[in-house]
Amino acid sequence: MTKPGEFYQRDRNWHPPAVTPTYKTSVARSPQYSMISLEQSASEITGPKFGHTDIDPMDRDMIHNYAAAGESAIGERIIVHGRVLDENSRPVPNTLVEAWQANAGGRYRHKKDTYLAPIDPNFGGCGRTLTDENGYYYFRTVKPGAYPWRNWVNDWRPAHIHLSIFGTSFSQRLITQCYFEGDPLIAKCPIVNTIPDQAARGQLIAALDMNATIPLDTIAYKFDIVLRGRRSTLFENRMEGN
Amino acid sequence: MVQKLEYLKETPSQTAGPYVHIGLAPGAAGFDIYENELGWDIAGADAKGERIRVEGVVIDGTGSPIKDVMLETWQANADGVYAHPEHDGEVEAGFRGWGRVITDFDSGEWGFDTVKPGAVMGRNGLMMAPHITLWIVARGINIGLNTRVYFEDEAEANAADPVLNIIEWERRRATLIAKRTERDGQVVYRFDIKLQGEDETVFFDI
Ligand SMILES: [Fe+3]
Repeated sequence: MTKPGEFYQRDRNWHPPAVTPTYKTSVARSPQYSMISLEQSASEITGPKFGHTDIDPMDRDMIHNYAAAGESAIGERIIVHGRVLDENSRPVPNTLVEAWQANAGGRYRHKKDTYLAPIDPNFGGCGRTLTDENGYYYFRTVKPGAYPWRNWVNDWRPAHIHLSIFGTSFSQRLITQCYFEGDPLIAKCPIVNTIPDQAARGQLIAALDMNATIPLDTIAYKFDIVLRGRRSTLFENRMEGN
Repeated sequence: MVQKLEYLKETPSQTAGPYVHIGLAPGAAGFDIYENELGWDIAGADAKGERIRVEGVVIDGTGSPIKDVMLETWQANADGVYAHPEHDGEVEAGFRGWGRVITDFDSGEWGFDTVKPGAVMGRNGLMMAPHITLWIVARGINIGLNTRVYFEDEAEANAADPVLNIIEWERRRATLIAKRTERDGQVVYRFDIKLQGEDETVFFDI
């Protein structure tokens, strides 16, 4: 039997480095020594599994999952959908995708958020779902608003949804943010610009997807997520030896 | 012209930001939305092994505790088996081995209850000393940081651990060893994480 092997090395030049002085908070929160590169063991190629008993199908509908009966969240109604793939273009089925975001006015439901935009009583701001057998996922939500934050005195975050993805192993664990095509704040954002490569930054911009739009109801954006790919080399030669 | 390699690129990481709790631990953000918040019960009620608590703070380069950090934990059971289909062996019903840990917003202290993991078979037939993998995200951390918690009272296993032993600077290995104490009859391991400075914690690129 061919047992699956290690995951491809992470391309650290594609990801943001730890220290990015224009995103000021990173300066004191970034390790200064180099990371120690580990050849993967069982501790890295395994990771938690989630199933349908962990979550509720309603959790993916942020327009309604915190709304009072008969009410819905205020804002531009959107679907964010796509596939979770690995670097070999293989779908990642049954994996947990979690999302959180500000409301349509740019305000988070968080005890530490004091922005003056109002809380929407019918919007919680979080959702979660499992990918299906083809790696497909979707959320229904409202488009988040831009919001100001303390970095330089006049920095505004582009509209974004935070996304957390597990994959099949702890070495694939990833948190990222999804932006929206056409937003002029993306190019100005110090957090987006922690990513050095322009093509890599573009990978975080969801495309307007008119084919997935529900006419007269909800507009759609497509956002594919790629997790680390995996060697198909024989397990025993690489992981355990003899 | 050579042929084009058709690999996709991994989606780039972005900081979890200050409001990570909304998505991953909404109760801590201040609201109740899910019937089931994930990651609060790491080992389950039926797990074998020694019940332990692991506590610490994450300290930034100015020496201040980070109050908006989230950690995830990943560990094997007391037999050294991960709850994962690719790891041979059985785990107890209810044992997931994964947890989510939020810091106190005022003090930055975090802690979690679990069972002490067993030694796990590593590469090339070398046993790895008991350890818990941690993944740390927060505002200002652009990509999650991976490290491992080892245990002070496993000195012999730690000395033979193939991962600790690839850390060239021997004195840095100590940053991964949790200190064992007892409090009110409970075993508590202290594991402070330093992001910078003289005793910067060792982080791994896995
Ligand atoms: Fe945000």
